[in-house]
Amino acid sequence: MIKKIFFQLIFFNFFFFKEVFAAESGGMPQLNPEFWISQIFWLTLTFGTLYVILSKLILPKISANLELRKSQIQENIEAAEKQRENSETKLKEYEDIILKSKIKSKNIFKETREKIIKDINSKKDTLDKQINEEIKKTEQEIEILKKGASMKINKIAIEISSEMVRKFIGAEVNNSSISAMVDDLSKKNGDKYYGN
Amino acid sequence: MAANPMTQFEVYRIGPEIKLGAFDISFTNASLFMVISSLAILIIFNFGSKKNSILPNKIQLLAELSYTFVSKMISDTAGSKAKPYFSFIFSLFMFVLFCNMFGMIPYTFTVTSHIIVTFILAAFIFISVTIIGFVKHGFGYLRLFVPSGVPVVLLPLIVVIEIISYLSRPISLSVRLFANMMAGHTMMKVFGGFVISLGIIGGWLPLSFSVALTGLEILVAFLQAYVFAILTCIYLNDALNLHH
Repeated sequence: MIKKIFFQLIFFNFFFFKEVFAAESGGMPQLNPEFWISQIFWLTLTFGTLYVILSKLILPKISANLELRKSQIQENIEAAEKQRENSETKLKEYEDIILKSKIKSKNIFKETREKIIKDINSKKDTLDKQINEEIKKTEQEIEILKKGASMKINKIAIEISSEMVRKFIGAEVNNSSISAMVDDLSKKNGDKYYGN
Repeated sequence: MAANPMTQFEVYRIGPEIKLGAFDISFTNASLFMVISSLAILIIFNFGSKKNSILPNKIQLLAELSYTFVSKMISDTAGSKAKPYFSFIFSLFMFVLFCNMFGMIPYTFTVTSHIIVTFILAAFIFISVTIIGFVKHGFGYLRLFVPSGVPVVLLPLIVVIEIISYLSRPISLSVRLFANMMAGHTMMKVFGGFVISLGIIGGWLPLSFSVALTGLEILVAFLQAYVFAILTCIYLNDALNLHH
């Protein structure tokens, strides 16, 4: 529908054109040479002036502005690049320092650990030795005491037996006979009593 | 007067009649809009180039974008040898563009809708390009009419066609711009007339067409200025970098 109307309008348009040409004495005003010279003159004048002013005054300024901006931006980019490189080297240095200090601290840690372990070991060794000596000494003492103990016990047994015999019977008994009996008994049952 | 779509192209005198010898160089409405366009260009680009800040303001950005747009157009089509002609092509593009755009304002006059204006511009370009070609290459410039890789039998025909196409350049260049401008403005005027004649009931359809046409015509106004400038660049390219 719209298409149809559009084409109709275009058709009418041309129709209208023909009427216009019929009505106009000269047809298109463009083909009327009355003002051609004037138009040529003013075109030359205005366009010439425009060209001269643009090319001599304005365009060089715009071009200079653009160049200046370009160079400034370039400079800024270069400065930024430099700073970036700087910061990168600084960062690398920083990382290096951190790595070195890490290694160093590790080493220190290791050394001290070894040192402490060595120290502990040596101290432990000496302590062990001391303890062993003490143990040996006490063992010897115990051994001596053990040996002495049976004799003392025998002696005490003899004295007690003789005393008991004297009190019970009221007679003196020869110590040597009692000691012989005690010796005999202790030999028989010594193991049971002293637990050797 | 309002019904006639061609009256908008009529040239009339503003002020007194000025005579230079036998020639009538009176100031007309066409002259007025040439002056207005040139002044507008000069004012905009003067403000656009006055201050130089790293972050450009709007008008400076406009001027610089136009500058880079035209400079890119020239270097793309005509190469680096065309740099000395940058100012001319820039002025040409801006002049045609502003004349076209001022013509889009209602009740104004479109300078480029007159064949004499476009023809003078095109003829100037044609003559200049031909002179540049002969200055740069001497008579070797005539090799432009002899394309390479053409069978010898066809050569006479091809050369004639090439010469005709070369000579018709100013006509095609000028008529293209003039006809586009005239047809567009006539069409808008006709649709505008339909709005009035069809009244409040039927006038909406031509009105919507008129609105759409206005957008199209603004596009055409830019496009034709661009085409005019880029064809100039192509002709210049032929003259500067002769391919044979």
